[in-house]
Amino acid sequence: MKENTKKKLKLKVSAIKDGTVIDHIPAKNLFKVISILGLDKIENQITFGTNLESGKLGAKAIIKVTDKFFKDNEINKIALIAPHANLNIIKDYKVVEKRIVEIPDVIKGIVKCFNPKCITNNETITTCFKVVLKEPLSLKCRYCEKITSGEQIKMY
Amino acid sequence: MKKDLISITDYSKEEYLKIMKLASEFEENPNQDLLKGKVVASLFFEPSTRTRLSFETAINRLGGKVIGFADPGSSSASKGETLHDTIKMVSNYVDLIVMRHPLEGAARYAAEVSPVPVINAGDGANQHPTQTLLDMYSILKTQGTLDNINIFMVGDLKYGRTVHSLLMAMSEFENPIFNFVAPYELQMPNEYKIFLEEKGIKYFEHKEFNDIISEADIIYMTRVQKERFPDPIEYEKVKNVYILRNSMLEKTKANLKILHPLPRVNEIHSDVDSNKKAYYFTQALNGVFTREAIITHTMNLK
Repeated sequence: MKENTKKKLKLKVSAIKDGTVIDHIPAKNLFKVISILGLDKIENQITFGTNLESGKLGAKAIIKVTDKFFKDNEINKIALIAPHANLNIIKDYKVVEKRIVEIPDVIKGIVKCFNPKCITNNETITTCFKVVLKEPLSLKCRYCEKITSGEQIKMY
Repeated sequence: MKKDLISITDYSKEEYLKIMKLASEFEENPNQDLLKGKVVASLFFEPSTRTRLSFETAINRLGGKVIGFADPGSSSASKGETLHDTIKMVSNYVDLIVMRHPLEGAARYAAEVSPVPVINAGDGANQHPTQTLLDMYSILKTQGTLDNINIFMVGDLKYGRTVHSLLMAMSEFENPIFNFVAPYELQMPNEYKIFLEEKGIKYFEHKEFNDIISEADIIYMTRVQKERFPDPIEYEKVKNVYILRNSMLEKTKANLKILHPLPRVNEIHSDVDSNKKAYYFTQALNGVFTREAIITHTMNLK
C-alpha cells in the first residue's frame, strides 16, 4: 500500500522514456539549479515539479530532462545548493543508473567571495574557488587567496 | 607558457635559488643591456614610491624603457575604465607589466587578461612576492644560507602580507625556526600555524619582546599599520608595544641582522640605525638586484 502511494507521488510529474531525473532538490533552489545547469537555454523537453512533500527536505523539487545525460563536472555544480540531490538515469522508462552529486574540487561562479576588497567584488569577473575542505565547506579564492567558509558562503 | 609572478608560491624552490643566484650576479654587475629594445609598463593604481622606484631603477639598469603611471589619478582608472580594459590596452604596447593595485586578486586577474607576463608589485593586503624574494636574498647574503635560520617576526603578524609570504617561502628550506612576537590582536593567523604544523616546522609564540631574541639570526620587524584597523582605538592600544631599541641588542648573536620592509614609523628606534646589525637600508638596495633577477627570469632572458 505504502509503495503504491509513493509511486503515485512520483507520477505527479510524468515519466520520461530516456533522460535524467534529478530528485531531492530543495524546493527553494529549483530555479537556481535550472539556471546553473543551463536548462533554461536548451531545447530538450523538461518537466519539473516543486513543493512536493519530502521527509528529508520539507519541500522538494524534481526535474526530468528528456534525452539529456549530464557529465560529472556538469552536475556537480549543483552540489552547493542541492547537496542531497540524486540522479536517476533513465533508459526506456527504466532506471539504469543512480548517482549522487559530489562537491567538485574547483567551483566556478555560483559563490561570491566574502572579501569586499577582492577584485571579483569590484569588477565583473566569474569567481573561482579551490575547495580546500568539503565538510565543513571551505573555499579558497583563486584571486584574493582568502578563505570563504561556512556562513560566509553566499550565492550569486 | 608565460611566467607571471603573482604569489610567492608561484615559484618552486629551484626558482627561488635561481633568483638568488641571478640577484648576486646583478649585484656584481648591475648594468646589463638585457632589456634593450623592450618596453615595460609600470602601472601603479595605488601610490608606492619605494616599490616603484626600485622596479623602475631595475628596468633602467637593464636598458629597458618604462611607460606607465605613478598614481591612479593620472590613469584612465580615474575615468572609470575597468582593470580588464586597462590591461587589455596596455598589454598591446609592452613586453612586461609591473602592477600595484589596492584590490586583492587584481594581479592574478590581470595575468589572466594579459598575453604578456605580469609581475605583482602588491595587491592590497594579499601578496607582494618581489618583497619576499628580496628579503630572502638579504637573509642569504647576510647568513650565507637559507637553511637552519631562526627568524623572529615582530609586530603585525595578522595583516602583514610580507611576513606571511616570507614564512611560506622559508618553509621550503631546511629546518627553519619561527618565533612570532605580536599582541593578541595581531597574532599570526591559524592557517599559517596549521601549515607549519603540517610541515613539521617549529614555531613559538611570544607576547613579550625582550631577552627572547638572544637566539635570533634574523629579526623581521613590521609596521603596525593604522589603516588595517577598523577601530582607531584598537590601533592606539597596540602601536607602541613592540619597539626595538639598541640596548636590546647587547646579548644577541654576532650574525644577527634586523630586517624591515620599510617604511618604518617608530617600531625600530633610530638608535638602532648605527648598529652593525641594522640591515634595513641595505635590504632596500638589494631590492633592485632582486627585481633585475625577477624581470630577466620572467622574460626568459636569463
